[in-house]
Amino acid sequence: MNLDWDEFIVTGEPFIHAGQISILLTTLGIIFVLTYFKKWKWLWKEWVTSVDHRKIGIMYIIASVLMLIRAGVDAMMMRTQLAVPEMPFLGEAQHYNEIFTTHGTIMIIFVATPFLIGLMNVATPLQIGARDVAFPFLNNLSFWTFFWGAMLFNISFVIGGAPDAGWSAYMPLASNDLSPGPGQNFYLLGLQITGIGTLATGINFVVTILKMRAKGMTLMRMPMFTWTTLITSLIIIGAFPILTVALAMQTFDRLWDTAFFTLQDGGMPMMWVNLFWLWGHPEVYIVILPAFGIFSEIITTFARKRLFGYTSMVFAIAAISGLSFLVWVHHFFTMGAGPMVNSFFSISTMAIAIPTGVKIFNWLATLHRGRIQFSVPMVWALGFIPNFTIGGVTGVMLAMAAADYQYHNTYFLVSHFHYVLIAGTIFACFAGTIYWWPKMFGLKLNARLGHWMFWLFMIGFNVCFFPQYFLGLDGMPRRIYTYFPEDGWFGLNFISTVGAFMMGIAFVIFVYNIYYSYRYQPRETTGDPWGGRGRTLEWATSSAVPPHYNFAKIPEVKGQDAFWQMKQDGIDPNEIVEYQDIHMPNNTGNPFIMCVFMFIGGFGLVFHWWPIAIIGAIGIFICMIQRSFSRDNGHIVSAEEVRKEEEGIREGQAHENG
Amino acid sequence: MEREDFPGEETPLEYQTETGEYNIFGFWMFLGAEIVLFSTLFGTYFVLIYRTASSIPPTEVFSMGLVLVMTFTLLTSSFTSGLAIHEMRLGNVTRMLIWIGITLVLGLGFLGMEIYEFVEYASEGATLATSAYWSSFFLLLGTHGLHVAMGVAWFIIILIQIKMRGLTPATANKTFIASLYWHFLDVIWIFIFTGVYLLRLVIA
Ligand code: HEM
Ligand SMILES: [Cu+2]
Repeated sequence: MNLDWDEFIVTGEPFIHAGQISILLTTLGIIFVLTYFKKWKWLWKEWVTSVDHRKIGIMYIIASVLMLIRAGVDAMMMRTQLAVPEMPFLGEAQHYNEIFTTHGTIMIIFVATPFLIGLMNVATPLQIGARDVAFPFLNNLSFWTFFWGAMLFNISFVIGGAPDAGWSAYMPLASNDLSPGPGQNFYLLGLQITGIGTLATGINFVVTILKMRAKGMTLMRMPMFTWTTLITSLIIIGAFPILTVALAMQTFDRLWDTAFFTLQDGGMPMMWVNLFWLWGHPEVYIVILPAFGIFSEIITTFARKRLFGYTSMVFAIAAISGLSFLVWVHHFFTMGAGPMVNSFFSISTMAIAIPTGVKIFNWLATLHRGRIQFSVPMVWALGFIPNFTIGGVTGVMLAMAAADYQYHNTYFLVSHFHYVLIAGTIFACFAGTIYWWPKMFGLKLNARLGHWMFWLFMIGFNVCFFPQYFLGLDGMPRRIYTYFPEDGWFGLNFISTVGAFMMGIAFVIFVYNIYYSYRYQPRETTGDPWGGRGRTLEWATSSAVPPHYNFAKIPEVKGQDAFWQMKQDGIDPNEIVEYQDIHMPNNTGNPFIMCVFMFIGGFGLVFHWWPIAIIGAIGIFICMIQRSFSRDNGHIVSAEEVRKEEEGIREGQAHENG
Repeated sequence: MEREDFPGEETPLEYQTETGEYNIFGFWMFLGAEIVLFSTLFGTYFVLIYRTASSIPPTEVFSMGLVLVMTFTLLTSSFTSGLAIHEMRLGNVTRMLIWIGITLVLGLGFLGMEIYEFVEYASEGATLATSAYWSSFFLLLGTHGLHVAMGVAWFIIILIQIKMRGLTPATANKTFIASLYWHFLDVIWIFIFTGVYLLRLVIA
């Protein structure tokens, strides 16, 4: 690719200049702060190289939140552009195209998925009474592939130009002819690198859950979130390789003139659409099932009841995971597959509503006559149920193939998927983060600010997206960057934009709450911070922030809701007579370096700079070989050390209580 | 899970540590993902099977003789890698190394032939960019070939490690997994052999 320097750095738009300047300033600011406070070594030793599942989880969450801000700003910009007819705000269609593409891609790939993986990392090993995941090294690698993949995708904003073919990157829209420049290459390689890590996470959690459960924790005693983690991981293993292949083929089409999807020379653009959604539909369950798990945990905790219909819940998620692979055509009913095919996929799609309905029913039954406490995580869970149901019902409407000809590619669809994705996934991310915050950081977020955020967000969300159903029915297409006063879409669009900004403000309150709570909230010491309502094992470790080995003594599980059971039986899991040596893995810098090379290699490919690509590849191989030869067997935390640490924690508690 | 009887007397070396056991189980999961990956590649291949556009059709370039030799080479190498594991279980390190060595030679032979085959096809006008059919052909076979190359590199690394460190639970575990991988590649090749080459004779 022959690029001049002035093409290499994106220029022209004031927004982009502002973006470049803010990226530069943020980078300099971070470097300054780290240097000033002499934190580089700390960052490297304690975080970058960490193989501790909880720290990796926290890094996942932080990175996802940063990505949420970026994609959220994209959303605000789009909503501002659409607030009034013939708005000059974003200037031109091309710019709008780039923004909805990066918004959609980032939200799905770099926010929803990694956020949930972060929560899985934090909670799942604790829930099953394990010391860590099965492959801690791989876990660190997964995180860095996500991080560097995201970085590669994001720099397209300032270097080379952003992709503009939508997050679904249909061919031939995403081909060299219609998407010239490196933007689409950033998309392909950024997603490819991230995808490797996601697959590794899937494998890691399947092995962790199937092999590392504490004694007595049979499959049918596993907490619901662990169940959803397991099923999600299996979906990942089944779906992500499809994406890998599809991305590779499009990359080949763009870089080496193959003809998979290009009509001339016999390619089939529809094959991309099929492959994309063959991965893409299961992907939406990858981001919704863990959310269901989170809500199940929260609802049982704050209703103080066992989950109603546990077994049917398990079967429901299993059924959903199977069906998720059989519905992909509903994303393109209008592309002319014929009535038989459309009918099949129409029916299979509607079938998913059955197990989902079972789940909604179970949650409601759990709430029924429960001793409900309206804590912040709980209000999110309660808000989720009606909002998600609205999204689900409109989903069934979309699933009717004949009707879909009417609202396909309109704002009706935009509203539908935001109802399920935001009310499902994003609510769950917030709820789960707030719920497990004490486990991560040893304090609770301030509840008053939390409630403010919830109400503002929930109302803003409905104000933003409910009008869009009507805009859609009124014929407003998705992905348009402006409209005319005669279209009559002004009023509802304006309301929608107001709602979007309410959500923006709510998010700012959340960020402020983090700061505020860090300064002023009391530290948590009991380890079971939600009024002693904790039911699952993560609340049974010795302290609010569990020590890196999680459990000084692996608990023994006697039933579902293991910790609750212990409390009933008067067993204190932290009463330990005899301490034992604990074997733990060592930190390692290898994955970080390997992923930097992936980034370099990917960057080289984006611009067809082969020498750089080759350097990246060689670097990756050297890291792999280093890893293979390393004889890192981890280290032993001696019984004495464990005793000291545990006693320290207990002393802290006594101090706090007395 | 914590197990009191772990490791048992008759547990094979590669299963003797907990990590070893996880690795093997995890590798099976990885093979699951690999099956999906290759299924997708086969899927595209069959979708595009008649889409040679106006380029050279496969019947004119496929050289079945060479492909048969390749097939035998790879199948044999799968067998020899099995023998290596057999010797490993018996604790005969030298014999095990020899069998791995033979596996390696056969694997390299296969790769050499495949490269020769590709160059040959290219000289007759069938390359990655010729048509949709040829794109999918080269992607499917190329992915398999790349896997074989990775397998060879992996066996070499393991060979060095056994030389350096002897047969330990760790090295045994790696050898065992590498051989699983090698068998898997063999199975994929059987599918390629029938689905790509033999099928051509039938549907010409
Ligand atoms: C926080 C508030 C959000 C607002 C105000 C918002 C707004 C928008 C807007 C205006 C569009 C473009 C519609 C069009 O022109 O066709 C869009 C598209 C999209 N959004 Fe959001 N969004 C938000 C959050 C999310 C979240 C959380 C997700 C996913 C987890 C998401 C996923 C998507 C996707 C996949 C698209 C389609 C992009 C495309 O057409 O290629 N959004 N959103
Ligand atoms: Cu779908």
